[in-house]
Amino acid sequence: MNTMIDEVVTKELISPIKYSAKDFSSDQDVRWCPGCGDYAILASVQRVLPDLNIPKEKYVFISGIGCSSRFPYYMNTYGMHSIHGRATAIASGLKIARPDLSVWVITGDGDGLSIGGNHMIHVLRRNIDVNILLFNNQIYGLTKGQYSPTSETGKVTKSTPLGSVDMPFNPAALALGSGGSFVARTLDRDPKHMQGIIKRAAEHQGTSFIEIYQNCNVFNDGAFFQFTEKETKSDSVVFLEHGKPLVFGKESDKGIKLDGFSPVVVSLKDGQHSVDDLLIHNEKDSTLAFILANMTYHPELPRPVGIFLAQDRPKYEDEVERQIDSAISKRGRGQLEKLLNSGDTWTIQ
Amino acid sequence: MDKETRVLDEVTIRFAGDSGDGMQLTGGQFTNTSAVMGNDLSTLPDYPAEIRAPKDTTYGVSGFQIHFGATEINTPGDHCDVLVAMNAASLKVNLRSLADGGIIIVNTDGFGAKNLKLAGYAQSPLSDGSLSKYQLFQVDITKLTNLTLADMNLPQKIVDKTKNFFALGMMYWMFNRVPENTLQWIQDKFKKDPELIEANTRVMKAGWNYAETTDVFAVKYEVKPAPLTPGRYRNISGNQATALGMVAAAEKAKLPLFLGSYPITPASDILHELSNFKNFGIKTFQAEDEIAGITSAIGASFGGALALTTTSGPGVALKTEAIGLAIMTELPLVIVNVQRGGPSTGLPTKTEQADLLQAVYGRNGEAPLPVVAASTPSDCFNAVFEASRIALKYMTPVMVLTDGYIANGSEPWLIPEVDKLPDISVKFRKDPNNYLPYLRNEKTLSREWAIPGTPGLEHRIGGLEKQDKTGNINYEPENHDLMIRLRAEKVERIANDIPLAKVEGNEKGDLLVVGWGGTYGTLKTAVERKRKEGKSVSHLHLKHLNPFPKNLGEVLYNFDKILVPEINMGQLIKILREKYLIPAIGLNKIQGLPFRSMEIELKIDEVLGGKK
Repeated sequence: MNTMIDEVVTKELISPIKYSAKDFSSDQDVRWCPGCGDYAILASVQRVLPDLNIPKEKYVFISGIGCSSRFPYYMNTYGMHSIHGRATAIASGLKIARPDLSVWVITGDGDGLSIGGNHMIHVLRRNIDVNILLFNNQIYGLTKGQYSPTSETGKVTKSTPLGSVDMPFNPAALALGSGGSFVARTLDRDPKHMQGIIKRAAEHQGTSFIEIYQNCNVFNDGAFFQFTEKETKSDSVVFLEHGKPLVFGKESDKGIKLDGFSPVVVSLKDGQHSVDDLLIHNEKDSTLAFILANMTYHPELPRPVGIFLAQDRPKYEDEVERQIDSAISKRGRGQLEKLLNSGDTWTIQ
Repeated sequence: MDKETRVLDEVTIRFAGDSGDGMQLTGGQFTNTSAVMGNDLSTLPDYPAEIRAPKDTTYGVSGFQIHFGATEINTPGDHCDVLVAMNAASLKVNLRSLADGGIIIVNTDGFGAKNLKLAGYAQSPLSDGSLSKYQLFQVDITKLTNLTLADMNLPQKIVDKTKNFFALGMMYWMFNRVPENTLQWIQDKFKKDPELIEANTRVMKAGWNYAETTDVFAVKYEVKPAPLTPGRYRNISGNQATALGMVAAAEKAKLPLFLGSYPITPASDILHELSNFKNFGIKTFQAEDEIAGITSAIGASFGGALALTTTSGPGVALKTEAIGLAIMTELPLVIVNVQRGGPSTGLPTKTEQADLLQAVYGRNGEAPLPVVAASTPSDCFNAVFEASRIALKYMTPVMVLTDGYIANGSEPWLIPEVDKLPDISVKFRKDPNNYLPYLRNEKTLSREWAIPGTPGLEHRIGGLEKQDKTGNINYEPENHDLMIRLRAEKVERIANDIPLAKVEGNEKGDLLVVGWGGTYGTLKTAVERKRKEGKSVSHLHLKHLNPFPKNLGEVLYNFDKILVPEINMGQLIKILREKYLIPAIGLNKIQGLPFRSMEIELKIDEVLGGKK
């Protein structure tokens, strides 16, 4: 249907111009605290976008409220820094109205899982093709240090001087439970891994949900150091790679095996197990994705990082377009004159 | 025998029964037929909040009132002249709306011992003399319907569902209505089930024949066509008109229409209607909640769609923060509030006008918003079209206020000619040179609409305070002061772009009755009656409630007294008093019901004292 929109926007979905990371950097000073994990995420996104070959004007970054939500101001793209928790809903409306755009949501554990939890589960269930980057620092930063829905139980903060009594969300499991078709986890301190995941998310047809472990060096410093620092990382993290066995450890000497439906750690050195016994990751398997996501917070298991699930499923906005096309082919393109004059009419002479 | 025919100028009929008795359908058919016969009319459905309340209880009563005439009809009628009561409960609930000397037609089968007990009658009103001041007609509609269909061997459940057509047939005879329209409707409605066509047709004809042959009815009535403006008409409810108005606005704006909405009584029908128009390229999004309803619309607006969200008062409360975002980002958006009884969940199916202050003032910070109100069912079309025009031209959210009364009520609508609807299209910014997101049009103060996908216009907007012109985040005291004033001034300047206030009646006088929204027909009727009595009274009905028409002050100062009737505790009156420092008098009724003309007339008499 030809509208005023068609008169201004770029029709091409592939850019004839080759961009660099710098092209995506805006003229605004970045105002995050020095040392914040957000810097690494910003740099990674700016590095990945040129590889996607999408015209720059097609990108839109939508955020809610929180430290991470300042992100769109630093991107030289279209953007909206909206209101607390609603970025996913705004992005949904935008993507449904304009499927030609590449729509990104920048949110945090408070913005996306607390005040915006409802919109989060519904965007995932609908499978609208937006890319959600959830910066999880397990704390409220912008309001200066209250516990968040991902803070560990017992967290002592200004609002929980005796420790929090809430059980934290496991974002990956929540996203899977909501019907998310692409669910992944990555680390702010592993830019190479992060960029790979962001690229995969961008290419995924449907909602992509990436939980990024992000260090808040002011209010929750070191929350993820066990998973991100050299000394402990290899023994504490298992990287999920499609088609490959789940091996981890400094010397790749440990693996994950399924005991019934429960993952257990086995040694590859004790002579009792070999790589052949290990669980092979399959990112198309949603049952397996749940099992892997539920390793999170398990005290005896390494933290899974990578793509839990990448499944093909119809995109909401495509279905909307399909219904419109089918209505037009069945009933003809709508005529206002005819519509106004429909139903029982009569003429007064 | 030949029966007497009496000619009437106007009649009000109320169909009442259990919510399963099909009274809305019966009333709707009577309405369509009367409209096609050229009567002017106004209708009011009155249905319970419960979907299927326990059968035969008073809270399960469903009613439909139609006022039709050979003259101009502006209200569904203060009182009904004829009450059709299918059971005891419906008589009990509706008797108080029947005029003295009025006609009651009851289905006697609905007055058995159990019915009476459920309705709370100690003894039958049909035999205790309590209805002696009315003309009572007793017909065993259930039995007659059963006899009519006896040879068809239909399940009793289906037979029961046809008895409303018996009542309709009797009323068609009594008021000389042509049956063809409804017979055709039956054909279309049940085209997949010939048995139902046969059954409903037979029962309706049986009702007609019964009325004609029995001695019970001695008189029939005729209501001649009304002198309506020539043209093509259809009957339309407020919610239908709202939906069509938005389709028309999108067409005339050359933009795709996006509706983000969450189901809520009494606004859901707008969502239903628009969801049917997919072949217009309209996208309707049933969101997960009210907040997602409006925020998805804001997202679509950022993308260049004509964005709409529809709701009722509780929904507006939830959308409030997002309305502030649309004000701050200066994106066009139409918000329709079909007002219902409040506060909180209140009276979902009843009408009220108590969200005006919420619309004009109800946000955090200084957040001015244009407000437009619809005055009749068909005026909803004009109201949303006008709201779309303002939203697009001034880059602002606009609130449209309708209410449960006009949303569900219907009236004949002179169908507008598409070519005569104004072009309300706006141009998106295309030129990448010297673009600043918050540069303003000198005249309207609106910023330009630049949409994602346009090369070279990449920019960021948001809810934080903007720097003048650049739109960058800015916390400087002087800038905040300037931006607050600019946003206010932008809305104020809309007053230069809307029609002047025009009174109906003399421009000077003893009393001006000022109203807004769904009270239009009632105020007009009351004022006209008083003028005929020689009283110096005029009527002003406001469509634009923010900003007001430029000349409103002058218009008000031309009258000695100002009376402001509202279905609330006095909201417009607060704004008028504050803005024009006038000692206006309020008339307030908060019963979930529209005014009756008589109530306004009595108040006019009281305010004017003995004055002629």
